[in-house]
Amino acid sequence: MVAQGGPSTLFLAGLRGWIRAFGPYRWASDRMKDWGIGGRTLVIGIPYLWLLLFFLVPFIIVFKISLSDVRLGMPPYEPVIQWVDSQVIGIRMNLANYAFLFEDPLYRNAYLNSIKVAAISTLLCLLIGYPLAYGIARTGASWRNLLLLLVMLPFWTSFLLRVYAWIGLLGRNSPFNQLLLSLGIIDQPISLLQTDIAVYIGIVYSYLPFMVLPLYANLEKMDITLLEAAADLGCRPTKAFLTITLPLSMPGIIAGSLLVFIPAVGEFVIPALLGGPDSLMIGRVLWEEFFNNRDWPVASAVAIAMLLLLVVPIMWFQYAQARQVGVHR
Amino acid sequence: MASPRPEARLEPWKDPAAEPYVRIEKVTKKFGDFVAVHQVSLKIYRGEIFCLLGASGCGKTTLLRMLAGFEQPSEGRIWIDGTDMTGIPPYERPVNMMFQSYALFPHMTVEQNVAFGLKQDGVPKAEIRERVAAMLDLVKLTPFAGRRPHQLSGGQRQRVALARSLIKQPKLLLLDEPLGALDKKLREHTQFELVNLQEKLGVTFVVVTHDQEEAMTLASRIGVMDHGEIVQVGTPSDIYEYPNSRFVADFIGSVNLFEGTLIEDEPDYVRVSAAELGGTFYVSHGVSAPPNATVWVALRPEKITISREQPAGDEDNRVQGVVAEIAYLGDMSIYLVRLATGRTVRITQPNIRRQAAVSAERITWDEEVWLSWDAASPVVVTQ
Ligand SMILES: Nc1ncnc2c1ncn2[C@@H]1O[C@H](COP(=O)(O)OP(=O)(O)OP(=O)(O)O)[C@@H](O)[C@H]1O
Ligand SMILES: [Mg+2]
Repeated sequence: MVAQGGPSTLFLAGLRGWIRAFGPYRWASDRMKDWGIGGRTLVIGIPYLWLLLFFLVPFIIVFKISLSDVRLGMPPYEPVIQWVDSQVIGIRMNLANYAFLFEDPLYRNAYLNSIKVAAISTLLCLLIGYPLAYGIARTGASWRNLLLLLVMLPFWTSFLLRVYAWIGLLGRNSPFNQLLLSLGIIDQPISLLQTDIAVYIGIVYSYLPFMVLPLYANLEKMDITLLEAAADLGCRPTKAFLTITLPLSMPGIIAGSLLVFIPAVGEFVIPALLGGPDSLMIGRVLWEEFFNNRDWPVASAVAIAMLLLLVVPIMWFQYAQARQVGVHR
Repeated sequence: MASPRPEARLEPWKDPAAEPYVRIEKVTKKFGDFVAVHQVSLKIYRGEIFCLLGASGCGKTTLLRMLAGFEQPSEGRIWIDGTDMTGIPPYERPVNMMFQSYALFPHMTVEQNVAFGLKQDGVPKAEIRERVAAMLDLVKLTPFAGRRPHQLSGGQRQRVALARSLIKQPKLLLLDEPLGALDKKLREHTQFELVNLQEKLGVTFVVVTHDQEEAMTLASRIGVMDHGEIVQVGTPSDIYEYPNSRFVADFIGSVNLFEGTLIEDEPDYVRVSAAELGGTFYVSHGVSAPPNATVWVALRPEKITISREQPAGDEDNRVQGVVAEIAYLGDMSIYLVRLATGRTVRITQPNIRRQAAVSAERITWDEEVWLSWDAASPVVVTQ
């Protein structure tokens, strides 16, 4: 894309000039240059430092807890590192918590179920989101922004509230039930609450915008003349979609899918509020271990295992992106 | 430079019985209120290289897109090979187009891009491979077969686009500014290749360009467009030597235009008095205009003779002036001569002899000179 020039670049140039003339800035930037740190390193480095710090520190804490034993009291676990006497440090590592995860089928089932629910929800989001994003990307510019705004509108209200609202919509006294009853289509109210279907509805509803937005961003910048070129070479519209549009929108599909899949795997609120007692998802298991069983070490092991489970798709995403960069630059 | 083609010499457009390959009839295209193409009628014959020439935004691409089927005419009809194209989608037309923006598929290699059209027709794999290899060889892209479009230079991309549009050997090939991104050498080479291809494959070309030199080189005929209308259709020499309007005369090549009044109008000559010239034109062709009508005389710079001595003959077709500017361009020189009326006239003269050798007798700045021309040289246009 060619950068749009005009007022904003002028403004930036002015701002830059003003900052350059500013004494302390010059001094600081000269010192930085002496150390071989440029502006780019700085703007990338600071946020990363922040992210790393607040990802790594909790991770280490949790990891440490996962290696310890339960005990009664506060904190409810044994310290891993102990002073045996004033000079010797004793490290007690306890991998039993991880072994326990493999032994008890509850955890394996919870993991597998989480992945299944997340995968199906992602697929449903893709099936609903792709045509939606495609439609928005192909409407006239005047309507496009309104439609996008409507996709993002739910974010204006709290996530929790919206999930609560579904309790009302899926329960026995929901407006749907009343409508169906009054029309005589059903004679018993149907409740979807506490079923897997309710969980799917909740997840798909909540995460759909995360699928639509990256897909839209991708489809919107696609060059329509490519489809004309395909048609010109004898390609029918359906086939042109499959051979041109779909492969070119792969980065959008991957980004959207990961944005839905990753949080959905660890989702706690939706299964807790809408799902039944048997809709076992890892987020819920985690909550129960921490707060009902007060077994922090096992809970931490569950959390670490979940993280590893999510790192794999993230790495795959990175790999896929790196490959896509080669295609599009 | 391209040589005149046998087809061009046959001049099918002069034969009233000849069946045009493409017939465009009173086609208009509106975008909202804006008229991009207005009442265009054209007949293009098999084997022609027809150039659409015109300034930027005059509707060339729009006309081409209607031929390819990407836009539907608001009014009028298009026939290709005797079939009415109304409502026929692009993928069913016997037409291939090379896009102004190339429109190469970014996720495919050069080879896959070129093969795309053949794949759509279900051509056997072995044959595809063979034909793609031959085509890549033709456009000299064989070493780049495995590259993606973004790994190519602008000129290479243009050649991929050309190869992709040629691979299906369409009966009608639409080229939108096919050579814009090429340097002068490669451009002339590719022009030559295009003409060769046209002879070899018998393709009918419609080429859009806003480069008049390219149109002159390539075309069997040129259609000059202005604000969505075709203002003149003819062979390159017709258009150059006999422009039918001030616009065409001015658009193709450079020209000296004089406004004047028709003072004598006979079937085989006219005399025009031009205040700007401070003299009269005697032109050896008739004009269909009422007496005393306002007309314009177009005189090409290379058709004017510049000399120190007063030319022999009568008072017509000559004028005196002072050299105001000289530009030496190597193969020729341009003189700007100011007339007594204040009007400046442009004259080009080939540099037949070396400048240094003739410096003494060369005409220089501020010299008083005579300009003269043949009665057959000026063209009188009435609009
Ligand atoms: N889809 C469209 N909607 C509205 N106006 C359009 C559209 N396509 C083209 N136009 C207008 O129609 C006119 C002709 O456009 P066209 O692309 O045919 O020009 P062109 O002769 O090919 O110019 P160039 O030499 O710059 O390529 C232009 O004024 C353009 O703004
Ligand atoms: Mg154009």
